[in-house]
This record gives sequence, structure tokens and C-alpha cells, in this order.
Amino acid sequence: MISKKPSDIKSSEITDEQIFLNRRNFIRAGVLAGTTLATAGVYRFINPPPPKAVVTAEIQGITKPTDFRTEEKLNTFEEITNYNNFYEFSTSKTSVARRAENFITRPWTIEVGGLVQKPKTFDIEEILKFSQEERIYRFRCVEGWSMVIPWVGFPLKTLLEKVEPLGKAKYVAFQTLYDSEQMQSSFSAGIDLPYVEGLRLDEAVHPLTILATGLYGKQIPNQNGAPLRLVVPWKYGFKSIKSIVKITLTDNEPPTTWNIAAPREYGFYSNVNPNVRHPRWSQATENSIGEYTRRETLPFNGYPDEVAKLYEGMDLKKDF
Amino acid sequence: MNDVKFNKIIIFINSLVPLALLAWDASRGNLGANPVEFFLRTTGVLTLIFLLVTLSITPLRKYYGWNQLIKFRRMLGLYSFFYGFLHLITYSIFDKSLSVSAIAGDIWQRPFIAVGMFAFFLLIPLAITSTSGMIKRLGGKNWQKLHRLTYLAAIGGVVHFWMIVKSDVFYPLLFGIVLAGLLVYRIYLAYEKPNLQSEK
Repeated sequence: MISKKPSDIKSSEITDEQIFLNRRNFIRAGVLAGTTLATAGVYRFINPPPPKAVVTAEIQGITKPTDFRTEEKLNTFEEITNYNNFYEFSTSKTSVARRAENFITRPWTIEVGGLVQKPKTFDIEEILKFSQEERIYRFRCVEGWSMVIPWVGFPLKTLLEKVEPLGKAKYVAFQTLYDSEQMQSSFSAGIDLPYVEGLRLDEAVHPLTILATGLYGKQIPNQNGAPLRLVVPWKYGFKSIKSIVKITLTDNEPPTTWNIAAPREYGFYSNVNPNVRHPRWSQATENSIGEYTRRETLPFNGYPDEVAKLYEGMDLKKDF
Repeated sequence: MNDVKFNKIIIFINSLVPLALLAWDASRGNLGANPVEFFLRTTGVLTLIFLLVTLSITPLRKYYGWNQLIKFRRMLGLYSFFYGFLHLITYSIFDKSLSVSAIAGDIWQRPFIAVGMFAFFLLIPLAITSTSGMIKRLGGKNWQKLHRLTYLAAIGGVVHFWMIVKSDVFYPLLFGIVLAGLLVYRIYLAYEKPNLQSEK
């Protein structure tokens, strides 16, 4: 562009100073609004709102036994289904619901074998026909938070009896599905997959130990471990393995995922114990989801009367 | 109003956007199932982001010659301090109910808390001496030396982040790589300069 000498410019061509300033301010307001919106957009992209609540089928004929239920206030369905540790889908608790949305849980079979008289592969539809009951349990995560959850399920013992464990069987090993097409890699999850867990046989047949098929009266949503998960309410949540495909009775203590990842932090037993410290999270107190201050954590997560006798004579600080 | 002033306003307002959205979501109960944890994590990550952006000013000036950027460095550094302060206050109130003994116990028992606390306390003298008056009083050289503590604070912050994740180190690793790059570039500059002079 050829610039004109000042004398060439007609006074009518010169933008009035007021208009120039207004235009400048107008552009500035635009730039300010634009960048602010862009920043807000980036924030929203990183922190998206939770997905719509999943709707799963009702479970029919649930019995509601009067024992096995705490009287504490239940956590909402929204809380329970949008704050999950399920590393196969995401290591962010608030992202699991979205990532697990399309998880395929039918057809689904659970192979039960090992040291048993009658090994059997169960179809999930058959398991859903077992008589189902509601269990309202406290749930304590090793990360120092807790919830109260109305599970639907049945005692693990019911299933184990059907395969008739041999006298040699001392432990029960569990395995989660691992499907690399639907789940992230072991590398990005940061733990060995498939996820494995285990219980001692007496823990496994304890009346509090259940296999859960639902929550809030409906079939369990994907992010909570569909279609079948373990719930052991006196142990830290990671023991309650999700989306089970295999159950094996063994005579030796089976390997467990978090114990492999960090043996000094997570023991085989992992009973809720306010007296065993963890390097990152307080185990003496917990954040009960829905409350803003922390409360005391109870030994065995509030179930000492039921389960303390399982560990008589053991040093639970050593066998944590 | 000149352009620097206007750019400062842009940075100032944009840096407040995350806080505004946090407050907005909090007021509507939209911070998720564990709002305290979400607030803690977000303010912590923001502290580190602002610290790394602050540390990238010098490399950007040296490499691209964008010398104007120096005019925004103080504000960015103070934003890091500000979000770090919110992070610490949230932890102290909600996690520790403002109990000094509980906080002391936490520092003692949990290395990641000790490291994070150390990194934050390094930022305090830097925030206090961030004014033009203080720069004059300390003298440019001394001030610069003191403010090299930023490097240590940033390393502490990234280590703190690394220690809290259970197994997925992706984000701490990302921050660590960026920080390492920014620090290595400074070392490179320090060694490069004498060589250039000797060639002349």
C-alpha cells in the first residue's frame, strides 16, 4: 500500500478521533470477551458435566432383609454412579461413567473353577435368577472417602456352594474382564490388567460378602462393575472387584492387583483399619461423600461385631 | 490506554475465569460427588500451570525475542501464588478443620504433604518481594538470585503432584517434562553465553 503524504489526505478522509477510539474500544471489548469465552471453553472441555444418568432394567422380586442394613443416609444414585474407581476405563473417578457408557455386558459368563467338585461356567442370566436381596452397606475407599450404598445381590456363598469347594481350597481368586478394545491399556491405567483380587475362603463365605447385581433396585450400571461385582463392606473398596469373569478356588494366597503395584501400601487383607497409616490418605478419618468435614473411620468399617472374629490371633498391623 | 495495559487486563481477567467457573459450579452444586477434592485438584493444577507459564517467559524472550512478555511475568507468578494459597486454605479448612496439630501430623506422616507445603512456603518470599519497590530495595542482582527459588518451588510442586497419584502418572509426567525443558534451556543459556563471548 502506498502511504499518502499528510498533505494528500483530505480532512474528510481522516477518521474522527472519537470514532477511532470507539472503534478501538469496541475491538478491545470483543478481544476481551472472545479470549474469556475461549478460556471458559477450555475449562469446560477439561471438566465436562457428568453424562445423563444411565437407565438400567429393574430387578424383580428383591427381598429386603432387616439385618444387613445400616440406618445411615444413603448416597444419591447420581453420586454413586459418577464417582468411580474403575481403572480399565479411566483413572479419573469422574470420567469413568462416560468412558464406560458403551461397555458391552451381554452375553456374559462367569467361569467358576479351581479346587471344586463341580466346576461350572454360569451365564449372567442364570445368576440374575438367584434370589436377590437388598443390602445397605457402608463403602470405604482406601483414598479416604466413603459412601452408603443400597446394593442388590446375593451371598457369594450361594454361588460357591453350587460348585462344591474341595477341602483343600483355602482362598478364592477373582478376575475382572480385560478387553483391550473396550478398555484402556495396562500402561495407561498404570496397573497390571486384568485386575485380580482375592479373599480367604472364610471371608468369602461370610454372610456379609455378596456378589452385587444391582443398586437402587436396578441392574448395576457399567461404571459400578456391571454385570456382576464383589462387595466386601469391611475392606477397602478396591477389594470389591468389578465386572467379574472368573472365580477360582485355590490353596495358596492369590496375587492381588494393588498389592502387586505397591506392596507396602496395599496388603492382601486390606481391612478398613484406622490404625494402619497410608502414605497419602488418612485412614483415621474419611470424607463421607455429601458432607464437608471429615468423620472418624471405624475399625472394619463399622462391622467389627460381624467380622473381627475372622482375624483372631492375627497382628492386623502386620497383615494389613 | 496502551497495549501493554490492555494485555494485562486480558491476562488478569482470563486468569480469573477458572476461579469464576469453580465458584459458579460450586454455587449450583455442580462440582461432582466430591466437591472439596475437585476444588483441591483444580486449584493445585492451576498453581502448577501458572508456575510453568511464569517460567516459560524467559525462554520465550530469549528464543523468540518477545521481550514485551516480561511485563506480564509478575502477574502470572502472583496468580500461581494465589491459586496455591486457595489450594492450601481449602485443604486446611475442609480436610483438616483448621487444626494445627492435624496439619503438623499430616506433614510428618505424609511426605507428599511435606513437599507441597515446602514448595508453597518458597513462594511466599517471592510474592512479598514481587513489588517494584522491593526489587529496588533488594537490587536487581539479589532479587534475581532470590527469585531463582521459583525453580525449586516448581520442582517441589511437580513432585507433590507425582506423589499423590495412585498409578497414573500421565499428568505429573507431562508437567515434569515441560518443567525439565524449561530448566534445561536455562542451563543451556548459562553455558552458551561464555562460549559466544570467547568466539569473539
